[in-house]
Amino acid sequence: MTDISTDRSVPDRLNSRTYRTLRSWEALLLAVAIAIFVVNSFASPYFLNAWNLSDATFNFTEKAMIAFAMALLIIAGEIDLSVASIIALASTAMGLAAQYGAGTPELVLIGLTVGLLCGAFNAVFVTVLGLPSIVVTIGTMSLFRGISFIILGDDAFRGYPASFAWFGQGYIYWVFTVEMLLFVIIAVIYGVLLHKTNFGRAVYAIGNNPTGALFSGIRVQRVKFILFLLTGLMSGVAAICLTSRLGSTRPSIAMGMELEVVTMVVLGGVNILGGSGSIPGVVIAAFVMGLVTFGLGLLNVPGIVMSIFIGLLLIGVIALPRLWAMIAARNKA
Amino acid sequence: MAERAAPVDAPVVSMDAITKTFPGVKALDQVKLDLYPGQVTALVGENGAGKSTTVKILTGIYAPDGGTIRIGGAPVTLNTPNDASRVGITAIHQETVLFDELSVAENIFIGHAPRTRWGLIDRAEMHRAAKVLLDEIGAPFATHALLRDLGIASKHLVAIARALSVDARVVIMDEPTAALSHKEIEELYELIETLKSQGKAILFISHKFDEIFRIADRYTVFRDGAFVGEGLIADIDEDALVRMMVGRAVDHIFPDREQAVGEDILQVAGYDHPTEFADIGFTLKRGEILGFYGLVGAGRSEFMQALFGITRPSKGVTLINGDIKVIRSPADAVAAGIVYVPEDRGKQGAVIGLPIFQNITLPSLKRTSKSGFLQLAEEFKLAREYAERLDLRAAALDQDVGNLSGGNQQKVVIAKWLATQPQVIILDEPTKGIDIGSKAAVHEFMAELASQGLSVIMVSSEIPEVIGMSDRVIVMRDGRIVAEVAGDELTPETLVRHAAGITAAQLQEA
Repeated sequence: MTDISTDRSVPDRLNSRTYRTLRSWEALLLAVAIAIFVVNSFASPYFLNAWNLSDATFNFTEKAMIAFAMALLIIAGEIDLSVASIIALASTAMGLAAQYGAGTPELVLIGLTVGLLCGAFNAVFVTVLGLPSIVVTIGTMSLFRGISFIILGDDAFRGYPASFAWFGQGYIYWVFTVEMLLFVIIAVIYGVLLHKTNFGRAVYAIGNNPTGALFSGIRVQRVKFILFLLTGLMSGVAAICLTSRLGSTRPSIAMGMELEVVTMVVLGGVNILGGSGSIPGVVIAAFVMGLVTFGLGLLNVPGIVMSIFIGLLLIGVIALPRLWAMIAARNKA
Repeated sequence: MAERAAPVDAPVVSMDAITKTFPGVKALDQVKLDLYPGQVTALVGENGAGKSTTVKILTGIYAPDGGTIRIGGAPVTLNTPNDASRVGITAIHQETVLFDELSVAENIFIGHAPRTRWGLIDRAEMHRAAKVLLDEIGAPFATHALLRDLGIASKHLVAIARALSVDARVVIMDEPTAALSHKEIEELYELIETLKSQGKAILFISHKFDEIFRIADRYTVFRDGAFVGEGLIADIDEDALVRMMVGRAVDHIFPDREQAVGEDILQVAGYDHPTEFADIGFTLKRGEILGFYGLVGAGRSEFMQALFGITRPSKGVTLINGDIKVIRSPADAVAAGIVYVPEDRGKQGAVIGLPIFQNITLPSLKRTSKSGFLQLAEEFKLAREYAERLDLRAAALDQDVGNLSGGNQQKVVIAKWLATQPQVIILDEPTKGIDIGSKAAVHEFMAELASQGLSVIMVSSEIPEVIGMSDRVIVMRDGRIVAEVAGDELTPETLVRHAAGITAAQLQEA
């Protein structure tokens, strides 16, 4: 008997893995990235140059480090808009310590600690007091940067130790920068954390249904607390890289970066309402944003036009699948 | 043949050969449904028979793929909810769609409020008209009250007042009694009589047969999206209707159980909460089914959720096998061996958006994973085992649990908890909104679990279920335990008397 209809057991998977990969958001985004790469290489003769491309990665590596942690936070249904201000505060703390002769290891420790503390501060308000994270982090966005302004005023901290420059200006091998290496390591860590661990599963469960997750024995508030800590920590890492690269700290450092980070996460296919998204998507989105900025820069397009273009790209990529479905539905009717 | 059957009138609404297809499913296949003025038509069918889809087509939420709808003989197309209300069709839903932050009057008149000559809302006139409508249906609250301050029954009254305000010809009631107490249901029946006398056609959807036979004049039966039959309630009996619904005879007999209860498993003492319940204490034995009966609002669910570590602030002592367990969160409760299947499946039970297998393994991830890393093969193995044990009907285990029917979602939630190998399982209204066929399966399964040594607490508002399934029943009223009933005392009269807090004489009167 080969009549499978009598077999009542439920199969594990509905579609093959290949089929789902091809239909995914990440596949669409990758096609966009390749298209931009090709267009850029025709538009400017300076594009396909290893050193130029290497320089271009600075457009996204620091933002992407935060974006990976932010992706998890947004998938869990929360958000942190204070990340750029955490960079400012961490950078200011490092600058202050450098004035008193702190060496590179101390500076790194200070940068990471300030990031963690800021993350913990946000986490307490959101998870212990139960306030909405968008409100809390809009508040701390002003608070953290405000502290930088009080400490620095119109001044800037310079005089970082020479060895501190390694993070933002160093090369591992040939054109490969230290930041690129960090980007890859952090991407792998967050990819594994989100896609391969129990913690990552809890993040998805919370984002899809916080009440259901709680009723399933998930420690919802603890998971969210950890996510805010991680986002703070990544802001600390980004602060170290950015400060090292610029060699100075002003209170306006990384101003507005939080929106670029959120843009990168959303472009990467993470649902802004929580519940779905992937780290590979954010990785590709980082490349897309980097390539666009670099390509337009080579064509001498001013910054404001660039942000218009990024905005259009975001809306376009998000609207495209919806438009597609509508057209398909109309053709069928 | 019966005197009450005098359908000389033509139907107000006549649906004919209506078909509706969703990707992969034919929800409705050439169904017909007629609604007559001044009569209550009960739409009867198991879950998935197409009742909800029919309601959504009548209210303009879905457009049918084929067939015609006639209102007063003239064909109409109902593309939007607005179209439906324009032709006089209005619905009172399972979860009434109203606005919590608006006043009663605003809820009644939203979308068609009386205007001043400047085009602004005429509040005075709106409240006056709302008052007239509320008086008409005997609603005991002010037109200025905010909706969120009202109970479910009062919200239903607002919805009905809204239906009257648009001068509806057709009123659809989708499980209107689901969240109502006995007294409120009686009041709803009176209201339905009023609506009938005003010549409105009423479509009444309910799983409860006593209600159907009490209030309906006609019936229409759907099965698996197809029309099965229609007729006058006076011409049919309960058994025949059930046979039409399920296509086979279902015996209502509850599973026979050997009452072989063992030693004490769970001891609960002194559970208190500032407003919801006080001084709750009881003992549960191995393999026992303990029923919790009470009226809606008696504090049963609130207490169960406190036992499960959710309702706060509450205090009390829980012992499992004689050991004190500190339960501050559901995670603690699961670790202690207590699990809870909530009444609200969509929100508290299943994690909609996650696939079936991930729902089942969610509380057991520690067991299926290796030092915190997921092992999909182990997860599928565990999920498959419990999916088969519960006879889950699904296309695949990686399918979103949100695409399953209510009964199958309930199976996923139960599977999720059984996979944790608990000592005590709390089932909160386990068969609410489930069709008769699935109900019997749930009851049988519950009996099987108990016979395997699992201790079951069953919160239920359905008296036959409480009596048929429980070894012992605790009755709660106003947040307190008022009685414990077992053996021969376990009768509907005793339960209702304790739950309502009335004497036998008063009960006779009512």
